[in-house]
Amino acid sequence: MDPIISFKDFSFKYRAQQEPSLTDINLQINPGEKILITGPSGCGKSTLAHCINALNPCSFRGETKGTLLVDGVMPEKEGVFGMSKRVGTVLQDTNGQFIGLTVAEDMAFALENDATPQEEMFHKVDRVADIVDMQHFLHHSPSELSGGQKQRVSMGGVLVDDVKILLFDEPLANLDPATGKTTIALIDDICRQEKVTVIIIEHRLEDVLYRDVDRIVVMNDGRIVADQRPDDLLCTDVLTKIGVREPLYVTAIKHAGCTISPADHPQHIETMNVEPYKEKVRGWFEQTKTPVRENNAPYALEVEDLSFAYNPREPVLQHISLRIRKGEMVSIVGKNGAGKSTLASLILGFYVPQSGMIRLNGKDISPLSVKERGEKIGLVMQSPDQMISKPMIAEEVGLGLAVRGVPADEIEKRVNDTLRICGLYPMRHWPVSALSFGQKKRVSIASILVMNPEIIILDEPTAGQDYRHYTEIMEFLRKLNRELGLTILMITHDMHLMLEYTDRAIVLADGQLLADDTPARILTNEEISNRAYLKKTSLYDLAVKCGIGRPDEFAERFIAFDREHGHADALGSSAESAAEREDRQDSVDA
Amino acid sequence: MNRLLSYEEKNTWLHHLSGITKLLFFLIWCFTSALTYDTRVLLVMIAVSVVLYIMSGTRWQQVSTVFGFIMVFMVLNLVAIFIFSPYQGTQIYGTKTVLTAFLPGHAITREELFYLFNVMIKYFTVVPSVFIFMVTTNPSEFAASMNRIGVPYTISYSVALALRYIPDVQSDYRRIRNAQEARGIEMSAKAKLKDRIRRTSSIIFPLLFSAMDHIDVVSNAMELRGFGKKKKRTWYAYRKLEPMDYAVLAATVLFSAAALIITFADGNRFWNPWG
Repeated sequence: MDPIISFKDFSFKYRAQQEPSLTDINLQINPGEKILITGPSGCGKSTLAHCINALNPCSFRGETKGTLLVDGVMPEKEGVFGMSKRVGTVLQDTNGQFIGLTVAEDMAFALENDATPQEEMFHKVDRVADIVDMQHFLHHSPSELSGGQKQRVSMGGVLVDDVKILLFDEPLANLDPATGKTTIALIDDICRQEKVTVIIIEHRLEDVLYRDVDRIVVMNDGRIVADQRPDDLLCTDVLTKIGVREPLYVTAIKHAGCTISPADHPQHIETMNVEPYKEKVRGWFEQTKTPVRENNAPYALEVEDLSFAYNPREPVLQHISLRIRKGEMVSIVGKNGAGKSTLASLILGFYVPQSGMIRLNGKDISPLSVKERGEKIGLVMQSPDQMISKPMIAEEVGLGLAVRGVPADEIEKRVNDTLRICGLYPMRHWPVSALSFGQKKRVSIASILVMNPEIIILDEPTAGQDYRHYTEIMEFLRKLNRELGLTILMITHDMHLMLEYTDRAIVLADGQLLADDTPARILTNEEISNRAYLKKTSLYDLAVKCGIGRPDEFAERFIAFDREHGHADALGSSAESAAEREDRQDSVDA
Repeated sequence: MNRLLSYEEKNTWLHHLSGITKLLFFLIWCFTSALTYDTRVLLVMIAVSVVLYIMSGTRWQQVSTVFGFIMVFMVLNLVAIFIFSPYQGTQIYGTKTVLTAFLPGHAITREELFYLFNVMIKYFTVVPSVFIFMVTTNPSEFAASMNRIGVPYTISYSVALALRYIPDVQSDYRRIRNAQEARGIEMSAKAKLKDRIRRTSSIIFPLLFSAMDHIDVVSNAMELRGFGKKKKRTWYAYRKLEPMDYAVLAATVLFSAAALIITFADGNRFWNPWG
């Protein structure tokens, strides 16, 4: 069988850059294969994908060397339009690529551009809507759909073209864990039923491996560093070396001192043979202590019996009560639309609750205006672009002080102090536009920190970040938490974040408080996980399979152990500088 | 949440009309209203507009803000007319009946008041039809019909796309404004007008940057799916003109013709109740 995609000694260099982004790529993909391409950000995995659909070099200019054949043609010659008949690309930002006004129109978009007669379009759209299970939503507008549904529409939109290759660019980036799981299942079904070749670019390895993939291609610094079957790859240390997170159960078994053998099929915990590792894992569990965390600080924030609705018939939040102590790091989790952001909006005073009370340091804050609350409770939005309004870093960070009439010399002092804490001091005279995404994020956090808030609320602090940048941002927040005693609330649907970085998770589902407990206990409780669209952690399955009676304890101990030992590997001293280097690379890309 | 002036799907006969029918109705209606100063005709037009507005099932919140703006503009317009030509009415109607002296050179006359009244009701004939057009016309279907009557599809699609993103921009704006307000950049009525104007940049720039990111993604997504590849394109949302469309168009043309005949029967655009 001839490969459907074949790279031979292929290199690519963006016009604006000195160094090539892809070097000596040799890769063969056969028809019907399902391939996962992974690696840290800036490793070239997206560049590789863009070479397949001809966005490189047709839309983003650059030079290629060597040969690339996709479905028998050269993408460079065929152009983006030509390749769109062969390769269907589903982008990361499903909201942004939703072009049509309704589901049906969006799926028909490629057909419309091909001047397909209307009757035929109706038939094809109906057929594709069936495949992606959106047949009951044909006339819905994007604002009525969840993230997962939008992604289904995007898939439908490329499937109408009878493409041979489906290319998914970080399909899990904006989805909650449970929806991510269904997405992976759907991709798998389509791959089998429609007999297409599937390429998934993703760094959330464990989530993709929920269904079988044929091969995993690992990239780093623009080169392919591994191209192996999942069972083989998981037994090596390639992933940890370059900063891609292995499945948690694999890490746990490795922590217990075992060497995993491919013969035991570590690809899925459900079907893996854990017999050879049982004893050691149990032994590790017995030896490791559960961390004791005591916090008797006074309450910083108390929410009592809070209810809110835009209109009386559809309550958004009902009878929410919670208490957060000074210096805690807490995550607020739940699926999209569960009321997480609304809760933050109520705390910050953007909306007025129908009933209930919010207290800050024991005092009712209902008389305070948004501005007054903003001095004590800072909000960091998901995308730094939504906050940054000044061209220079120092000016942006000082903005909140300037509008409050703080004298110029004091502003300068406080801005410089904050920039030092955030590691941005050497760049204080830089324009914001020269920064990478991660650095901009730090600027937006700095612009809140400068006002000395007591509590910071972050909306999806790590959305769309790879493991290395994620670790960098989270370690930074932890440092603020430890050193400044800052109380931090994070709205998230990232399970790793809640497990590893928060002491407590507050779970919202359908506007109600479902649970308020340690993340390890929540993620080992099947019922709560299901209702909140979370996913039971694979540590639970491992514990059960090894005959450990207290899976939540196991998860707790693993996380504490991993915090001490694991990160040292992921964020080694050289990794720090590598991350910095890639940050610069990213900003050149942009 | 209230979406200002954007399309909302409903099941009324106005929603079922083709976009092109509504556009033509809207143009003929404005044209007629602009030409006539015949109070009788204008009052009938108001009655028809209001009935259509009610039939369209438009909620008041959807249009109230814009309505407010139009009212402010209208009042400014009326005041300006009175300041700059206080005797326009007497010239038109040929009589001068002073009601009160008011200010030197600016006596209030019955004729001027009647003229201003006519200007005012002209606003009210057009405003409901603008609202009906905006909230009952499906942007894609409208783009399809514009393309059918010869507008290049790249242009008509951009119009549809702009309409499609109105709600997104509105919610972005709201989110950014909230976050900036929490940072202390007050934009509510509490802040001084001067400060509010100066501080709009702290909302406009983030809004612009987010929009620019968005445009990048959208244009890539469109290209990847073959937009602009061929000279022609078809439309999923295209709707053929139904008998109802022809009926509405015919009725509109007849009405407009009748209105103009009645208006100009006495030789000019004005109707003189005292003549």
